Amino acid sequence: MTGERGGPVVLGIETSCDETGVGIVRGQTLLANVIASSMDEHARYGGVVPEVAARAHLEAMNPTLQAALDEAGIGLDEIDAIAVTSGPGLSGALMVGVGAAKALSVATGKPLYAVNHLVGHVGADVLAADSLEYPTIALLVSGGHTSLLLVRDLVGDVELLGETIDDAAGEAFDKVARVLGLPYPGGPQIDRVAVGGDPKAIHFPRGLMHAKDAEKHRYDFSFSGLKTAVARWVERAGDAGDEIPVADVAASFREAVVDVLLTKAFRACADHGIPRLLLGGGVVANARVREVAAERAAAQGVTLRIPPLSLCTDNGAMIAALGAQLITAGHRPSGLGFGADSTLPVTEIQVDERPF
Amino acid sequence: MFLAIDTSAGTSVAVVEGELVLSERSTEDTMRHAEVIGDMISGALDDAGVPASGIDAVVAGMGPGPFTGLRVGIAAARAFAWGIGVPVIPVVSHDAVALEEWAAGTRGDLLVVTDARRREVYWSSYGLDDRMPARTDGPGLCKPDELPYPEFLRVDATQVSAGDLGRAARMHLDLGIPEEFTEALYLRSPDVTMPGARKRVSQ
Ligand SMILES: [Zn+2]
Repeated sequence: MTGERGGPVVLGIETSCDETGVGIVRGQTLLANVIASSMDEHARYGGVVPEVAARAHLEAMNPTLQAALDEAGIGLDEIDAIAVTSGPGLSGALMVGVGAAKALSVATGKPLYAVNHLVGHVGADVLAADSLEYPTIALLVSGGHTSLLLVRDLVGDVELLGETIDDAAGEAFDKVARVLGLPYPGGPQIDRVAVGGDPKAIHFPRGLMHAKDAEKHRYDFSFSGLKTAVARWVERAGDAGDEIPVADVAASFREAVVDVLLTKAFRACADHGIPRLLLGGGVVANARVREVAAERAAAQGVTLRIPPLSLCTDNGAMIAALGAQLITAGHRPSGLGFGADSTLPVTEIQVDERPF
Repeated sequence: MFLAIDTSAGTSVAVVEGELVLSERSTEDTMRHAEVIGDMISGALDDAGVPASGIDAVVAGMGPGPFTGLRVGIAAARAFAWGIGVPVIPVVSHDAVALEEWAAGTRGDLLVVTDARRREVYWSSYGLDDRMPARTDGPGLCKPDELPYPEFLRVDATQVSAGDLGRAARMHLDLGIPEEFTEALYLRSPDVTMPGARKRVSQ
C-alpha cells in the first residue's frame, strides 16, 4: 500500500460541522488542503444551523474533491486510500461525507478508513515538519467541541480526560459577542474589541474551577455560567445608565475562558507527568490563547505545539493524515457498514476496522 | 450501462442496461441510508457482474424526499460519477413510480404521492399515454387533504425503485427529454429561527 516515496497517498473527507474539507497527504507530507465553508450562510442565524450546513456540504462536495486533486497536482489513480470522518459531529452533515466516501471507495476500488474527527485534530500535527512526540496532552477547542485528551498513541491509545458539560468554548464566544452587539462568529470579534481592554477589569466566574470540582470535574469545562454572568453584568451596567466598557468586558471574558482552558490543560500535563501540550481547533486562532499558552508552557517547562491555523480549523488534511498513520501502523480498512456517529467517543480512533 | 441510486424513501440501488434492470438492491428502512449505501452499491454491481468502470452514467434520484436521507444518495451518486469520470443524470424520484405504473399498463392521469413526514406529503402529477409517462405538474408539498388533482388516479408509494429510476433516465434520454431539476428537491426551507431580540438573563 505504501506509495513509492514517503508513505501512502490518502484523500481525506471531513463534513462534521460547517466546513467541507478535502485534503490529500503523502504519509506526513501535505499535498492539498481545500476547505469550502458555509460560515457566511450561518452568520445571520448567529450560529451553525445543521440543515443549512448539510445542504452546503452536498453542493460543495464534488467541487471540493476536484479542487483538492488539482491542488495536489495528482490524478485520482495515484490515491492509495480514502479516509472520512465518521464522527463526532452533526449527523446530517457527517452523512454527506460518509455517503460520498463510500461511493468513491466502491467506484475507485480504494480502501476506506472511517476515522474519529477529534483524533484527526491531533493527527494534523504529523504534517508539521517536527511532529509530535507521544504521549501528549491535547486541548481541542472550537465552536463544536471543547475536549482535553491524553494521547499515548495516535493510532492506538487516546483517552478523553475531560470535555465541556454545556457549551463549547467557541459557542460562548458567539453568545457573548451577541450580548455585546457584535456579529457572528464571535471569536474574532471578541478579539478585535478586546484590544486595549483590561483583562483584569472585571472578574468573571471560572466554571468548574472550585476545590469541590477538583475531583469529579477535574478536567471538565463549563462555559454556560460565564456566558450568563457576562450578560448579567452588561445588563446591570446598562440599567444603571453606564456606558458599557466593551473592551474591558471582552478582554475580561476572554481572559476567563483562556484561564480555564489552559489551567486545566497544564494541570493535565502536570498530573500525568507529560511535558507536552498540543492545541487544536478553531479557537487556536485566538491570539490571547496562544499568548497565555506560550507563557505558561515556558513557566512549566512544557513543550507547546500549535499546528498552523489552516490545519487547526476543521479540514480534510487532518483526516487524511490520520488515515495515513493508520495505514502505516498496519491497520486494515473499515468495512462499508459504518454510519455517521454524532457522539463517537475518542477511544474509537478508527471505526469498523475489518477483521483479519 | 447506468448505476441508479435513490434514497428519497428507503435506499435502492440498481444497475440498468437499456430497458433491462440487471440488478437491484433495496431496503425500505428510512433510518439507515448512510450505513447501507456502500454495501448496496457494491452489491448491485456484483449482482450484475459489472465493474465500476463499466458504468457510463450514474442516475441520481433527486427527491422529493426527507432531507437527511435524500442527501446520502445524491452525495453517493455524484461522488461515484466523479470517481469514474462519468456524468450524473438527475431524475425526479416520482418519475420512477410513474414509470412503474406505466409499464404495468396504466394510462391516463396519475398522481404520485409520497410521505414527507410532519403530516405532509410530496406529490407529482403525470399524464400516461402510449409513448411515455410525462410529468405535468410538481413535485410539490402539501397537507394530505390539500392534494391537487383529486380526480386523478392516485398512487401512494412507500418505496422508490432505483431500477425504475434508471429506466426512466434511459427513456428520457432516448426521447430527448431534458432533466428539469439538477439540485436536491427539498421543497422545504431549513428549520431555522432567526435570532429575535436577545432576552434578558436578569430580572
Ligand atoms: Zn473540529
